Amino acid sequence: MEVTVTVNGSQVAADVADRTLLVHFLRERANLTATKVGCDTSSCGACTVLLDGQSVKSCTVLAAQADGRSVTTVEGLAAGPDEFHAVQRAFQAEHGLQCGFCTPGMVMAAVSLLNENAAPTEEEVRSGLEGNLCRCTGYHNIVRAVLAAAAERVAQ
Amino acid sequence: MSILGTRVVRTEDPRLLTVGGTYVDDLRVPELSAAARVTFVRSPIAHALITGIDVEEARQAPGVVAVLTAADIDDLAPPPPPGEGPPADGGGEAAPLPLGGPWMEPLLAVDRVRFVGEPVAIVVCEDSYSGADAAELVSVDYEPLPAVVTIEDALANETRLFPDADSNVAVESGAPAEAGAFADCEVVVERTIMNQRLAPLPMEGRAVAACWADGKLTVWVSTQNAQISRFILAGVFGLDPASIRVVAPDVGGGFGAKIGIDRDGLIVAWAAKHIGRALRWAETRSENLVGMTHGRDQRHVIKIGGTRDGRIEAYRLDVVQNAGAFPRMGGFLPFLTKLMAAGPYDIKHVEAASREVVTNTTPINAYRGAGRPEATAAIERAVDLFAAEIGMDPAEVRRTNLVTADRFPYQSPSGPVYDSGDYVSALDKVLAGAGYQELRAEQARRRERGDTVQLGLGLSSYVEITAADANGGETGRLDVHGDGTATVYTGSSAHGQGHHTTWAMLVESELGIPMADVTVIHGDTDLIPMGVGTYASRSLQLGGVAVQRAAGEVKDQARSVAAAMMEASEADLELDTDSGLWHVRGDPATSKTWADVATHAGPDGLTASVNYTEGQPTFPFGAHLAVVEVDTDTGKARLVRHVTVDDAGTIVSPVQAEGQRHGGIAQGVAQALLEEVVYDSQGNPQTGTLADYAAISAAELPSFELLTSETPTAINPLGAKGIGEAGTIGATPAVQNGVIDAVTHLGVRHIDMPATPVRVWAAISEAREG
Repeated sequence: MEVTVTVNGSQVAADVADRTLLVHFLRERANLTATKVGCDTSSCGACTVLLDGQSVKSCTVLAAQADGRSVTTVEGLAAGPDEFHAVQRAFQAEHGLQCGFCTPGMVMAAVSLLNENAAPTEEEVRSGLEGNLCRCTGYHNIVRAVLAAAAERVAQ
Repeated sequence: MSILGTRVVRTEDPRLLTVGGTYVDDLRVPELSAAARVTFVRSPIAHALITGIDVEEARQAPGVVAVLTAADIDDLAPPPPPGEGPPADGGGEAAPLPLGGPWMEPLLAVDRVRFVGEPVAIVVCEDSYSGADAAELVSVDYEPLPAVVTIEDALANETRLFPDADSNVAVESGAPAEAGAFADCEVVVERTIMNQRLAPLPMEGRAVAACWADGKLTVWVSTQNAQISRFILAGVFGLDPASIRVVAPDVGGGFGAKIGIDRDGLIVAWAAKHIGRALRWAETRSENLVGMTHGRDQRHVIKIGGTRDGRIEAYRLDVVQNAGAFPRMGGFLPFLTKLMAAGPYDIKHVEAASREVVTNTTPINAYRGAGRPEATAAIERAVDLFAAEIGMDPAEVRRTNLVTADRFPYQSPSGPVYDSGDYVSALDKVLAGAGYQELRAEQARRRERGDTVQLGLGLSSYVEITAADANGGETGRLDVHGDGTATVYTGSSAHGQGHHTTWAMLVESELGIPMADVTVIHGDTDLIPMGVGTYASRSLQLGGVAVQRAAGEVKDQARSVAAAMMEASEADLELDTDSGLWHVRGDPATSKTWADVATHAGPDGLTASVNYTEGQPTFPFGAHLAVVEVDTDTGKARLVRHVTVDDAGTIVSPVQAEGQRHGGIAQGVAQALLEEVVYDSQGNPQTGTLADYAAISAAELPSFELLTSETPTAINPLGAKGIGEAGTIGATPAVQNGVIDAVTHLGVRHIDMPATPVRVWAAISEAREG
């Protein structure tokens, strides 16, 4: 079936099998590989993107369901380090990533979290990111990064 | 001022934060533009004979390029001769080579399968969706055999996994129990405990792409060691190493399970060569949880004896390692456990022995700590059992028995020589930092009130071995170019450890070339043919020192060039490492830049290659205190605070050292409270997806309280020890001890890990009835 999705502001159209998952559409058809596949049970959150501004696990959405809608991946957050989103800036400043594989999904989940709750407590950050697994950082600096990004945005 | 020891943020982050890096499955290189996808057909049965495989229907399925089984493997060198045996006692971690001989592991299963997940066939398909469909059409006839699942099953020897071996015991070694060793002890406690099986769970599973063209095999693999991978590929394929290129692009975590290239990766590389088509494979998480090696899975019998006033006089550790279906590194891990059996304690008599058995489960390999967390878990439980038996505070028992600071270098009764340390001070720092006395008072109040939620304080003191294979060394090369920039080629391949940042810090510190002008390259055997890689907390103290040494040699070359340029004697030349300028002593106004010097350096330029080896490993140490709340009605345990000292000698990158500790602690907490790979009695995995395996999340952890302590080692010029595994080694027993400490007043003496609500509740109920 023919699917057209606005990805990071650009229209991507492709003829895909009905069962094509959004994450594979993004990686194989839009050729945007930042969004990762980390599991097959919607448990790890490595594939988190924004669909019409709401965070979704793109392994649990069919490309067909995204037809005519708008997707933001981490590639669409900033043109480069000089224009980093507050969350990206905080992840680097607070050492919120090590191997980097969970990072795009974690950043998108954090962006969504802060959109919904501009000044979360540590506990709210921890429960808000429960669906995103990281094996390297022990979450310590990820939590600090999200709190720092929130503080920066509130200060602005 | 040197940049070393300062809080530098990582240079690799912008790429990872904007385009998400380039992991194997993200590669869009021309060689892979027409690559087909590999889908594995894996055994759904733990133990069975294969009586037939029918691939015809699968071959006819849409999009299928090839279906391959063991019968197609007619182009490999014969296996190496038997009798190689396990590595010698006290050696380092090495490539996970199988034992060989009767224990030989095939690529695709030949006539029998030995674990659920064992590769039986592969389907090569134009895309992975069609591949999954076609794999369902491969028909394999299995004749089930009795499954050997537990250590007890294996030792019973009623069913043998390897018909040509005498038993299921692959390796047996160590000291027999010495008669009378415990005879003089006033108190002796003995207990059998389990150190459960875990899934390493790197967020990126295994991934391989391979291409055979013009007599050259190129393999992109998610590995901790490109060079070891090349060595393994050359051996299996009988190829000259020069005709193999291995590339480790960005690697999404390893934790020991990505040392070298494993069986499944070799199958993909073989298939690419066999059918002459570029191939790629990125496993699913469900494959990963049964196909990637697991870690731990040791049964310990611990026996500890001493005096009623707290002096430990004898300790014995008997290990049985469940090595899984094939004795890969699982056949070797207990050597590290026995080596570190005595822990940080001064104990007159220490014995350790081990057996490694095979079972119909996923093979065991290194997992963060690789044999050392098991040693620490055993003795730290033993010390707490001993303390409970004599009614003494566990902190006091530790202080009484820790090796004191005046004893270094210290000859451990288990074998190694501990280089440097101050174990008592580490313990005291943690106790003071946590407010131990106040916490004990709070615990007493809750006990007195009979609160539902009780407080537990769990301690561990540890010493561990890093760069266990220090004599294997690491390579480093540094080039300074005509534009004044530098390139580092390192044999140590990072997968989250931030080598780009740390190695550039080392160059800036030595040469004054700014970090931003230093490019670090690793994980490509065409560019770096020789190297070992990243495991065993070895990178900084070997690979980092190699880079530092190479920088030193380049500095000597530059001094000579600059002296000639400035018509001065070499002895009068000075390098200002703040500005990166060469000048003659006493004349700071006249200077030469690195670009000037490199441009005049002659045809070879400024370049140095170093293979740095150390004569002996280093021994980081520390102490952890876990504050745990246990709901005595439900059995739910929750870590509320975690305070640590992890002394890894001189710290070069504090930000990253802390990051290593954080991640290590989380994995330790995960083992203590949550995670376990479970099989049923038939060897069927019960934790084969991430919906079933209880991977730890942010919601189950507090922020950690890290205290600082730096006791340099004299073994290497940086004074650095390893930090990658310390957090896991220290945290696991601290949290386990904390859970048990919360309920000792109810009569509970031990709870096996993971201390799940069911287990804790059962232990409380049993003690109350008891």
